[in-house]
Amino acid sequence: MENRPLNLLWLQSGGCGGCTLSLLNADCRNLFDTLRGLGINLLWHPSLSEQSADEAMAIIESCASGATRLDILCLEGSVLKGPFGSGGFHRRTGSVSMMSMIERLARVAQHTVAVGSCAAFGGVTAAGINPADACGMQYDGDAQGGLLGEEYRAAAGLPVINIAGCPTHPNWVIETLVAVAQGEMFEDNLDVFRRPRLFSDHLVHHGCKRNEFYEFKASACKPSDLGCLMEHMGCKGTQVHADCNIRLWNGEGSCTRGGYACIACTEPGFEEPGHAFGVTPKIAGIPIGLPTDMPKAWFVALAALSKSATPKRVKENAVADHQVVTPANKRTRLK
Amino acid sequence: MTRRIIGPFNRVEGDLEVTLDIESGRVRAAYVNSPMYRGFEQILAGKHPLDALVFVPRICGICSVAQSAAAAQALAQCMGIQPPVNGRLAANLTVAAENLADHLSHFYLFFMPDFARDGYGDRPWFADVQSRFKSVTGSAAGDVLPVRAKFMNVMGYLAGRWPHTLSLQPGGSTRAIEEAEKLRLKILLSEFRGFLEQTLFGDRLEAVTSLDSEAALYKWMKPRAKRADFPRFLNIARDLGLQHIGRATDRFISYGAYSDGEAALFPAGLWADDRLQALDIGAIREDVTSSWMTGDHSLHPSEGYTLPLPDKEDAYSWCKAPRLSGQVVETGALARQMVAGHPLVRDLVGRHGASVTARVVARMLELALVLPVMETWLRQFLPGDSYCHPATEIEDARGVGLVEAARGGLGHWLDVRNGKIYNYQIIAPTTWNFSPRDAAGEPGALEQALVGLEADEGGNAAPLAVQHVVRSFDPCMVCTVH
Repeated sequence: MENRPLNLLWLQSGGCGGCTLSLLNADCRNLFDTLRGLGINLLWHPSLSEQSADEAMAIIESCASGATRLDILCLEGSVLKGPFGSGGFHRRTGSVSMMSMIERLARVAQHTVAVGSCAAFGGVTAAGINPADACGMQYDGDAQGGLLGEEYRAAAGLPVINIAGCPTHPNWVIETLVAVAQGEMFEDNLDVFRRPRLFSDHLVHHGCKRNEFYEFKASACKPSDLGCLMEHMGCKGTQVHADCNIRLWNGEGSCTRGGYACIACTEPGFEEPGHAFGVTPKIAGIPIGLPTDMPKAWFVALAALSKSATPKRVKENAVADHQVVTPANKRTRLK
Repeated sequence: MTRRIIGPFNRVEGDLEVTLDIESGRVRAAYVNSPMYRGFEQILAGKHPLDALVFVPRICGICSVAQSAAAAQALAQCMGIQPPVNGRLAANLTVAAENLADHLSHFYLFFMPDFARDGYGDRPWFADVQSRFKSVTGSAAGDVLPVRAKFMNVMGYLAGRWPHTLSLQPGGSTRAIEEAEKLRLKILLSEFRGFLEQTLFGDRLEAVTSLDSEAALYKWMKPRAKRADFPRFLNIARDLGLQHIGRATDRFISYGAYSDGEAALFPAGLWADDRLQALDIGAIREDVTSSWMTGDHSLHPSEGYTLPLPDKEDAYSWCKAPRLSGQVVETGALARQMVAGHPLVRDLVGRHGASVTARVVARMLELALVLPVMETWLRQFLPGDSYCHPATEIEDARGVGLVEAARGGLGHWLDVRNGKIYNYQIIAPTTWNFSPRDAAGEPGALEQALVGLEADEGGNAAPLAVQHVVRSFDPCMVCTVH
């Protein structure tokens, strides 16, 4: 492909701006230099660019009209279709709805990227009675459609790329943009919900610090307990596609490291789990949501066995907020 | 008279549009429109009370922890519980980290780039400021982004991640801090102090907080105007007379910040008519006259509701108009420090009233005031003591959460009935500051602050003075309407 930087336009609609704020946590010397160095020219970003009002409208209009080549369109936040399909819950200057502007731009963009679960699937803005009639760009929850419809393909041929997450991890965004800019993003690199597999081929469970507790079903019973959060505290980490415990957040963090459940924020429809977020739904004492790829009978058998074999250290630490028993030291060389 | 609509107003968090009536080169009237409605209050209705902790941080990506803290407080009140010492310390550190990071982001990324605009090409400081603060390409971004990201690693330890944590609970914090982690946190705070002292202030934090008057401030600025960023701003601000623009009503409220269980580091109160008064939360009413919302009367948020009415005549914003005893008040770092009584801030406002300069000074002052306190809190954790009390079931209860986000007072009013959220009403800082006109026709704080500014009737771009005044409030539009 020709060697010129790709023009990136970033817009925000029915969301909280948290994916941008998370992006600013990126572990790089200077985010702007990083993007530039990897072939991305930031045309305009609502939080970061100088141009305001008329100057900003001119840039957006120039993209929509085709005068400026729009290589990558990023939307953060869901599309607000209400009230009554008018898009009036988010109007832009001149009474144009943001919904219609997003659609116009998506029709000319070479690549269209949904940043965050709101833009991808509707997300939190679509929760409850969904007052603003929010949806994702190409999904409405886990159903294809959304604003652009099932058949939509951006000019370069890909459907909307869904960098899910609430918020997104900064590196998911940067790596996806870089892959696009380098011409290395193909349909095979996206999973069944069109999430980049560079983060969705893992489970949140992978690398979880609480794995020893998980192995023995030594479970946390209240907030701040060190034990596994799956059995009682609503954690879905064994089912959720994301690498949060491998690449970590804000240095050494993650949700489960922060002491609370993975609430599946990278999955479509996470905002309406059908139960209180902090409580694991069970039938006959067994969690309904079993670990991905784990047959139920095996899980039940293994859980019963491992519970009966839990070491004292693991059992006691699971229900404490700090290690009350530390691992034993052997006086001989380890073999 | 010319009417100009200025939007989308960027480098504010979220969406904003300002309509200006301009006559004889000056703003005669301003109308502030928050153009986006998502409906969080409607989303929360019917949910399990603790689920509020999942939803409310997602109102706002920049003050998500403040939203969590307000919800946790309202829930704790419903449950009749209080966090243990360690839980409160962890929460205070988490809220403080967010507030300081927000002050820093606002200064470097949202506010200062306007001085690097071509319109200031003839000022003596322009070349220096352009190379430093030009958005995206200026050298400051390369300095501040990695420092901010590193500082936010405190959130990795305290809150799992930022934004959108669930670590703040009504009973305290889910995340107990290990002894070794205290050392790592201490190192992170120390590194951040180093940046503030070397790059932002050019002086010790303690020297900055001891500045007690406008005269002392400018005297301190002079030798530093070319080698540190806050003095750079002060130099520009004095040159452009920013202490004379942006005055609203000079009535300030603070809900009080960083309580140790008994007293707050920055106490709650109302500053009005040049004196400190008690803040009566019961005197808050939300007016919807100019909002695309249903309702005939102004209601206290504990009784209020939020139902959109998109085609309402004469309305021009999704934002409601909160008033205190019927009056327009301002909230934010300036209000917080006016109420807390910092001599420098009181002197600036005493001389000129609230202004662009005073608002920025108050935020920078808080960076210098709060970081040393965070260092102290870190030493106060009680080893082996608990961080979180278990939550209790709520059947029927009411609770209020009042916290100070970076940009001002944030209130959550929660009503639980039959174990579910019956009503949840939120008044965010920018709801106060950027409110539209009320039933009496009185404009909101920003609307008043913009009147009288120089503005070009035929111009294409947004007037620079207007941009400075708007951004001096550090608006968060996603919070404003939610």
